[in-house]
Amino acid sequence: MVSPLNRKLLRDLWRIKGQATAIGVVIGVGVMLLVMMTGLTASLTETRDAYYDRYRLADIFAPASRAPERLTTRLAAIPGVAAVQSRVQGRALIDIPGQVLPVQAQAVSLPDRGRPAINDVYLTDGRLPASGRPDEILLLQSFALAHGLHPGDQLNATMNGARRSFDVVGLAQSPEFLYTTAPGELIPDDARFGVIWMSRSGLAAAYDMNGAFNEVLLSLTRGANLEATLTAVDRLLDPYGGFGAYARADQTSNRFVTEEISGLVAAAIGVPPIFLLVAAFLLYIVIGRIVQSERGQIGLMKAFGYTDGELGAHYSKLILAIALGGALAGCLAGIAAGRALVGVYTDYFKFPFLVFQLEPSSFLLGIAVSLLAASAGGFMVLRQVFGLLPAAAMRPPTPPDFSRAGHLSGALGRILDQPSRMVLRRITRQPGRMAASMLGIALGMALSVAMITIYAGFDRTIDLSFSVVDRSDVRVGFTHPVSTKTLFELDRLPGVVRVEATRTVPAVMSNGLHTYRGGLIGIPAGAELSRAIDRELEPILLPPRGVVLSSALARILDVEIGDVLDVDVREGRQPVLQLAVAGIAETLLGSPAFMSLEGMNRALGDTRRVSGAYLMIDQAYADDIYMALQNMPTVAGVSLKSQARDAFVTLMNTGAGAIRYVMGAIAFIITFGIVYNAARIAYAERARDLASLRVIGFTRAETAFVLLGELAVVTLVALPVGAVLGYYLSFGIAAGFSTDLYQIPAIFDGPSHGQAALVVMAAAIVSGLLVKRDLDRSDLIEVLKTRE
Amino acid sequence: MNVGKPIAFRTRGLTKTYGEGRSTVHALRGVDLDIPQGEIVVLLGPSGSGKSTLLNIVGGLDSATQGTAHFLDQCLTEMSSSALTRYRRQHVGFVFQFYNLMPSLTARENVELVTEIASDPMDPDDALALVGLRERTDHFPAQMSGGEQQRVAIARAVAKQPDVLFCDEPTGALDSATGRTVLSVLRDVNEKLGSTVLVVTHNANTAAMADRVIHFADGNIREVIENNSKLDPAAIEW
Ligand SMILES: Nc1ncnc2c1ncn2[C@@H]1O[C@H](COP(=O)(O)OP(=O)(O)O)[C@@H](O)[C@H]1O
Ligand SMILES: [Mg+2]
Repeated sequence: MVSPLNRKLLRDLWRIKGQATAIGVVIGVGVMLLVMMTGLTASLTETRDAYYDRYRLADIFAPASRAPERLTTRLAAIPGVAAVQSRVQGRALIDIPGQVLPVQAQAVSLPDRGRPAINDVYLTDGRLPASGRPDEILLLQSFALAHGLHPGDQLNATMNGARRSFDVVGLAQSPEFLYTTAPGELIPDDARFGVIWMSRSGLAAAYDMNGAFNEVLLSLTRGANLEATLTAVDRLLDPYGGFGAYARADQTSNRFVTEEISGLVAAAIGVPPIFLLVAAFLLYIVIGRIVQSERGQIGLMKAFGYTDGELGAHYSKLILAIALGGALAGCLAGIAAGRALVGVYTDYFKFPFLVFQLEPSSFLLGIAVSLLAASAGGFMVLRQVFGLLPAAAMRPPTPPDFSRAGHLSGALGRILDQPSRMVLRRITRQPGRMAASMLGIALGMALSVAMITIYAGFDRTIDLSFSVVDRSDVRVGFTHPVSTKTLFELDRLPGVVRVEATRTVPAVMSNGLHTYRGGLIGIPAGAELSRAIDRELEPILLPPRGVVLSSALARILDVEIGDVLDVDVREGRQPVLQLAVAGIAETLLGSPAFMSLEGMNRALGDTRRVSGAYLMIDQAYADDIYMALQNMPTVAGVSLKSQARDAFVTLMNTGAGAIRYVMGAIAFIITFGIVYNAARIAYAERARDLASLRVIGFTRAETAFVLLGELAVVTLVALPVGAVLGYYLSFGIAAGFSTDLYQIPAIFDGPSHGQAALVVMAAAIVSGLLVKRDLDRSDLIEVLKTRE
Repeated sequence: MNVGKPIAFRTRGLTKTYGEGRSTVHALRGVDLDIPQGEIVVLLGPSGSGKSTLLNIVGGLDSATQGTAHFLDQCLTEMSSSALTRYRRQHVGFVFQFYNLMPSLTARENVELVTEIASDPMDPDDALALVGLRERTDHFPAQMSGGEQQRVAIARAVAKQPDVLFCDEPTGALDSATGRTVLSVLRDVNEKLGSTVLVVTHNANTAAMADRVIHFADGNIREVIENNSKLDPAAIEW
């Protein structure tokens, strides 16, 4: 038989089901976010590793100008090297029908027979090129999809200056090309960079690499010394124009995937705990208040001889039912949501399969936090009640001192009508409870502020990067560093308004143990189109010597202004430079390092060399200009800023950044839940008073005013408090969303605060209406008849 | 004083004050009282005279400010709160001035709440039958009148077959017929189980069924009258 206490428990739970569900949802959603995010990141990491493993992604990539094939034997003899795969690769341009500008591509060789020992491909459609057929190619699937290309299609491409026709025989994916970025660009774009695989002999013929290779891939044995191996590889390749071997961690696609995953990890570590803490705070407050409302009944049961232990156990069940119920539902929802999201991200990252992985510690953490918060709230109150003699506990709690609020009598008292005075009295009489409700709603407001500000932060990043830092329309990349004379040719094209030189050299920058493999960007004096800007958005004057680092790079390298960096240039004569940090620039995109173009050329021992140009053009001439650019032999690629901007927006809306919308929705649920709970608990505590008011002749509207007036005042006080809390919270959340690829600034944004305030007020109005509906429906007699 | 019967309750100088300073309320002013075991004792007095306060202290629900109270050889005023809990659990039945039913439990379940932890309880249905509520055992407090709720409270108190039964205004909200039924139940418990019954009331006629009537005024005993001609509750005028 169910004991009367347990029956009481079930009926009480049923009675407060509205409130219990509201709390359960808030804590559940907090737990869900935690479980979802950790599951998502664990699964993606696991899937990526499994993919790399199955398709044998290289540990070391080593490009060179031209090395004889026999060198592979010596490379294989380096201690720690497990396998070696040489290959030929080169730049190509693919003609896309109906498009003036060809698309840049990389051509990569496949062994004439068998699969590559390293960097295998995953055939998604069609077949591999047949041996002895240099005209058969595989295309990167994502690129083919972006242009509607299929096996069986014909394709024209220019390799090493010669235009040729190819048969597409298959589509493939590769762990090496999950993300493809055109040279000189930061943002990957499936449509704007292609990969062609073809037979080694065919490609070697095209690039004059018979019996030679220009890239070698190595895989290492477990426990091999990476640094030592890199050095050994560099030493062997040096006589053959080695450009410096680099590890998988520096490989573009992997770096990007890893950045995106770590963006998600940062968001998973940084954001859910904030949400969970807010939910836990609510749980603490509301459970405490629920137990508080049982005080009379606790006293009664004590009078009958129930021990504190028995009563504690009874209320523990109530607390457990709500907190555990919410947390468990949150875990299940988190698993489901995580699974769904992993599916979405698997497509996004182009993983061919999915390893779903759960993080049990997140369940434990979520459940523990919920239980702790609920128990703390419940037991705090129980301890108080247990400390009372039953006679005292059975009496309604000592009426708070009226005297303080009683002196409203002056001018204020005369202005206010009776219901307003009741609202004011309750607020002044129970400042603790009001403060707790206010703080709860303020936290809801803070969450909303922080999330909405983050949306504005994303917009700010886009805006700053593409309107303030880069004001050009077109970027031209040259096949190799050319003389500034080429710029005059560009300037002469009709419709070109302004031309500005730029030079990018690949380099490894290091400060002690901190190193970063990236690009050194040279900007001419007086640049207008592409600039380095400071915090106040003013252009930074680049000194003749020294580098200006982006704030992100300065953080990575752990340097300040005045420190000296070792810059290992990976181009031309490959000098190693010592450059002082002359300034820190505010870029939100990538982690660039800037130099004055003149200073860079001097340091490299070159005169007036440029590797690219920024153009401002008259859009009416756009097609003519593209046509002309295509016909210039030194132009390797042309990229339009509008396309780059679109790619960036797509990236932020589909990659790690997209999770902000999921989190925003969850923040909204939590905010609404908090406000609704505050309204519900205020109603529960006052049901009897309100019924009495109705009995003595107050109208429904007046009675509702007494209840809702309190909610309104608490909400209005909470808004500014929440706005301030939200401002600080947004720093934490912004950091959670920032990656090496892009930074999301925490900004103070008036409209965002306004929107958040609107969200909270809307939540308060809806909650108020829901509670008012219950109030109107309540049975006066029933409320008054039962004495607790 | 009856020499043969042992004393169930003995208080000496029992004092209770509420509040401090100028607003101090003296609810009990040094009460000396002896209640023999197995008697029905009626406590009469005006509202605010301290009757409930006295009942709460000897019932183990409240503490005294000064003085002592004993139940048999146990000193209630020196007991720890867990010893008091044990005392209430093992020996005491309460009927409170306000009915104090659990709103979320039915009549039977309200009784079961107490029989569940009693050592030798009655069947809850029998207890409800005693107060004439056999038909309403599955009703919730909100579905019953004040008088019916009070009868449930009485069934709940007697169902554990307690050694002592404290009733604070048990018939306050009842009509004469039910009032008599309820008093008969108290008398039956007293006769069949030998329970000591302490009844607080403002209805002077109730005194007719008592072994002993204590007149209370202004926090102290004014007069104790032993009643040698007890009436059957059924014969009490209302
Ligand atoms: N918790 C309390 N705080 C302050 N005064 C109290 C409290 N309980 C009772 N009193 C006061 O003590 C006096 C005795 O109360 P009570 O024992 O309830 O009287 P009775 O039961 O005889 O009507 C009254 O004046 C009452 O106002
Ligand atoms: Mg009283």
